[in-house]
Amino acid sequence: MSDNFSALLYLVASVCFIMALRGLSSPDTARSGNIFGIAGMAIAILTTLVTPQIVSFWLILTGLVIGGAIGSYIAREIQMTALPQLVAAFHSLVGLAAVCVASAAFAAPEDYGIGIRGAINGSSLVEMAIGLTIGAITFTGSLVAFAKLQGLVSGRPLVFPGQHLVNAGLGILLILLIVLFVMTEASGLFALLVLVSLAFGFLLILPIGGADMPVVISMLNSYSGWAACGIGFTLSNSLLIITGALVGSSGAILSYIMCKGMNRSIINVILGGFGTESGAAPAGPGGGDRLVKSGSAEDAAFILKNAGSVIIVPGYGMAVAQAQHALREMADMLKKEGVQVRYAIHPVAGRMPGHMNVLLAEANVSYDEVFELDAINHDFASTDVAFVIGANDITNPAAKTDHSSPIYGMPILDVERAKTVLFVKRSMASGYAGVENELFYRDNTMMLFGDAKKMCEEIIKALE
Amino acid sequence: MADPASLAQRASELAGDAGELAKRLDELSQQLTLATQQGAHAGTPLVFELTVFVLAVFVGYYVVWRVTPALHSPLMSVTNAVSSVIIVGALIAAGPMSMSFAKIMGFVAVTLAAVNIFGGFIVTQRMLQMFQRKK
Repeated sequence: MSDNFSALLYLVASVCFIMALRGLSSPDTARSGNIFGIAGMAIAILTTLVTPQIVSFWLILTGLVIGGAIGSYIAREIQMTALPQLVAAFHSLVGLAAVCVASAAFAAPEDYGIGIRGAINGSSLVEMAIGLTIGAITFTGSLVAFAKLQGLVSGRPLVFPGQHLVNAGLGILLILLIVLFVMTEASGLFALLVLVSLAFGFLLILPIGGADMPVVISMLNSYSGWAACGIGFTLSNSLLIITGALVGSSGAILSYIMCKGMNRSIINVILGGFGTESGAAPAGPGGGDRLVKSGSAEDAAFILKNAGSVIIVPGYGMAVAQAQHALREMADMLKKEGVQVRYAIHPVAGRMPGHMNVLLAEANVSYDEVFELDAINHDFASTDVAFVIGANDITNPAAKTDHSSPIYGMPILDVERAKTVLFVKRSMASGYAGVENELFYRDNTMMLFGDAKKMCEEIIKALE
Repeated sequence: MADPASLAQRASELAGDAGELAKRLDELSQQLTLATQQGAHAGTPLVFELTVFVLAVFVGYYVVWRVTPALHSPLMSVTNAVSSVIIVGALIAAGPMSMSFAKIMGFVAVTLAAVNIFGGFIVTQRMLQMFQRKK
């Protein structure tokens, strides 16, 4: 196959990938979009396999079969609540693959037509170093994110004295190493570059806490795209450049949306340590001995049944308790009673962008009952009951009133405007930001203490 | 003053000079074409790649802003699958006949990328399957 023809097929594959993202603009077109993505990938792989440089196929087939089997198995078996850590793990693989391809290109540049060993084209060398660095950072960074999301290490931010200084030092060292490597093309420097990048990725994500993971995952998603892009530049492959740029900008936009959802800058998130500086939760006005109205499942069932409209606000606690199915069942029973039930999703609810939407979809909630913050926030005032399940900070009115609060300025769901607010929560503990929620003490609030799933099941029983 | 002998001599000198000049001009033009050819080879690919890159970033920007927030999770998993197109580079490394460090690296990268491609697309499909409008 001529170079021109394969370049043309790569273009077709690129267009398929664009169509795959384009399809996601609506749930109706999304499935056909995914088919485009699969077709694009098949075209890309087959086109590459028929290039004349590839003469031995057994190792390639072995890799495809092993990798394909593992990937298919994991993807079929994974629980939807474990999605964030799965995506983090997948990102780490892209990063590691980028490191491997860069190493291969460095060891055998003639295969890629970018020079000969010891005399690789200058620009290819720069691009290789950048792709390699980003790939290695993505690899260890995603591993740390995975460990945090999976609960292998504490989700609390891990900070040590001089952390920012160490990270800044490593960053400068990385740039120096890239310059030296490009000038000398020494294999020792290549290895050192890999090691320092790995350490940098590790330390970069370590201080970032659990609830900031939506930003971190989006950021690593973006990095994995830029790494592919760097490799694309090294190999002068337009398909890799286009795809990398698509993925890179996608991740960047998601990071931006997540940061906006918390009213924090990306720098603030990356520097980490959020929610620790205040130490113990600062006692809000009035302190800890204020009266809290707590109710039983029967009380909640009574209130819900007699309401005209209910808005359900899910948070990470719902995912942890796997409460989405019980919640949907409860909502179905309410609908049978003639209650209007809708769901309100905060952009940063959960541990990855769109996390809550997927869980509700899994529980068979129709997606036209699920609304984004902007679309539903005005309706709380005319709603009888706001049912907050496993969420806290995203409903805290302190974000609007308390200038000194760490969450000040964060857009929140105005649940306090509803006639009654029901809070399903395990305890009075403050949320991720370490800020107490004064909503708990209001007259129109009733706390339902307990596991989210059990509480929903008990409410269902009481409704029957 | 018009000594025919010296006149003829100067004419022949001038003719010689002209020949010399023409020869040097020819050399120069050859060097010039060579230089432009080399320039074309050294300069154009990077500029071309940058063009492709910048345009793709713009396409990505506009396409991704149109993605509905409800589908941000599938967006992440599908971009993750798609970025494994890096397998293209891995296949070339794993393709040669003789065993080498590069070939092993290629094999590892093919395997890792395959996990991602299959896993990413399947999990995306699973998620999208769940986004149904109930009647």
